[in-house]
Amino acid sequence: MKQKIIERAKELLASGEIGGFLALKQEGMHIAPHLFTDPAELDMLSLGDAQGLGDARYPLVKLLYTLAERFPQEKFGIMVRGCDERALNQLIKEDRSCPLRASRVVAVGFACPEELARACECAQPWPQALVAGEKGPGFPPPEADFADLMTELQQWFGEADRCMKCLGCKNSCPVCVCHECTLEEEAMLPQRQLPPTPNFLFTRAVHMVDRCVYCGLCEAACPAGIPLKKLYRLVAQLVGQGIPLVGAAPRPQPQPAATL
Amino acid sequence: MDYKSTLTVCPYCGCGCGFYLETVNGKLVGTKPSATSPVNNGKLCVKGWNVHEFVQSPRRLTNPLLRKGGELVEVSWDEALDYVAGELRRIKAEHGPDSIAFLASAKITNEDNYLLQKFARAAVGTNNVDHCARL
Ligand code: SF4
Ligand code: SF4
Ligand code: SF4
Ligand code: SF4
Repeated sequence: MKQKIIERAKELLASGEIGGFLALKQEGMHIAPHLFTDPAELDMLSLGDAQGLGDARYPLVKLLYTLAERFPQEKFGIMVRGCDERALNQLIKEDRSCPLRASRVVAVGFACPEELARACECAQPWPQALVAGEKGPGFPPPEADFADLMTELQQWFGEADRCMKCLGCKNSCPVCVCHECTLEEEAMLPQRQLPPTPNFLFTRAVHMVDRCVYCGLCEAACPAGIPLKKLYRLVAQLVGQGIPLVGAAPRPQPQPAATL
Repeated sequence: MDYKSTLTVCPYCGCGCGFYLETVNGKLVGTKPSATSPVNNGKLCVKGWNVHEFVQSPRRLTNPLLRKGGELVEVSWDEALDYVAGELRRIKAEHGPDSIAFLASAKITNEDNYLLQKFARAAVGTNNVDHCARL
């Protein structure tokens, strides 16, 4: 599988079609994002499996966004799983100020194994630009009815008060690329207040409706282990059903300021 | 086109979370928690996430400052160290060694912390040693 990605990346670099190939590189026990420009280096490419399946993934698409902005003349290759490709297409579709265009990117994709697709509850564990692996089945979670949604939402809020305002969910999200983020405003994150009001997580959930690609990188970055993907699915479903969100969240309880 | 991610350890607290500092053409642009660091498994607190912002901040102190006539002014290291040494001597002579306390740091090496407590105990003669991790 990996060999096919490496070969394709080598071709693209050697032909001069791309200036750099964005993927992951393994050095010793560590796996990190890397921009390959020298074909010889590609033997150190990693798919992002360290101890377990997909446990060393990074928001490569977010990084591509930054690089496309900094190097507006370059054309890039990028290694993608199904979710990475969905994030890439989402950003291209949004047509933001960044000059990230489809014509500047060559995706080189591989399919995720069924075990990972099940764990991710992934609807499509392979990209369109499939270079390695087989198109396996998807495992999207079933849609809940309205009463279930409300109960699930209430249960979910019981977990939200572990939030420690690290903003790792936003920082790790491949489609969160706004230069000025609403979540960082004082009204959203008042100083000396932990946990933040449920509005903080709820606002992010609303911003993710129709944009979230359910890659799970936010959850992987959350030190509090909050099931964020579940919230984003719930809110997307509520919005999809035209259910007003006002009042769905419990009123924030005044919290004593954290003593630091 | 130069992008690099360099593995390093958070300078903020004693947990020692691992992350990559990302540079584009030699300038810091971002921080990414290391998913393979056994300490933090791809997670960071808000301080670690923003390390790249303070390193190149124009507001960062690069010279010692000494308060003169109510104003902080930049001075040389020699002048700053002479002043501190003189004051430590004076305070110890007038009020005794236990009128002085030392605050060590999680952001420096074990060896530097060792030296600080050694200086407190052996040179100044006090056990008043504490640490910034006692938050
Ligand atoms: S969300 Fe889907 S495409 Fe992404 S890692 Fe999981 S199984 Fe693979
Ligand atoms: S799952 Fe999380 S990180 Fe991935 S796109 Fe959705 S919000 Fe962003
Ligand atoms: S990653 Fe988790 S703890 Fe950090 S801000 Fe997001 S929800 Fe809160
Ligand atoms: S990221 Fe936070 S918890 Fe980790 S070492 Fe830095 S300051 Fe400590």
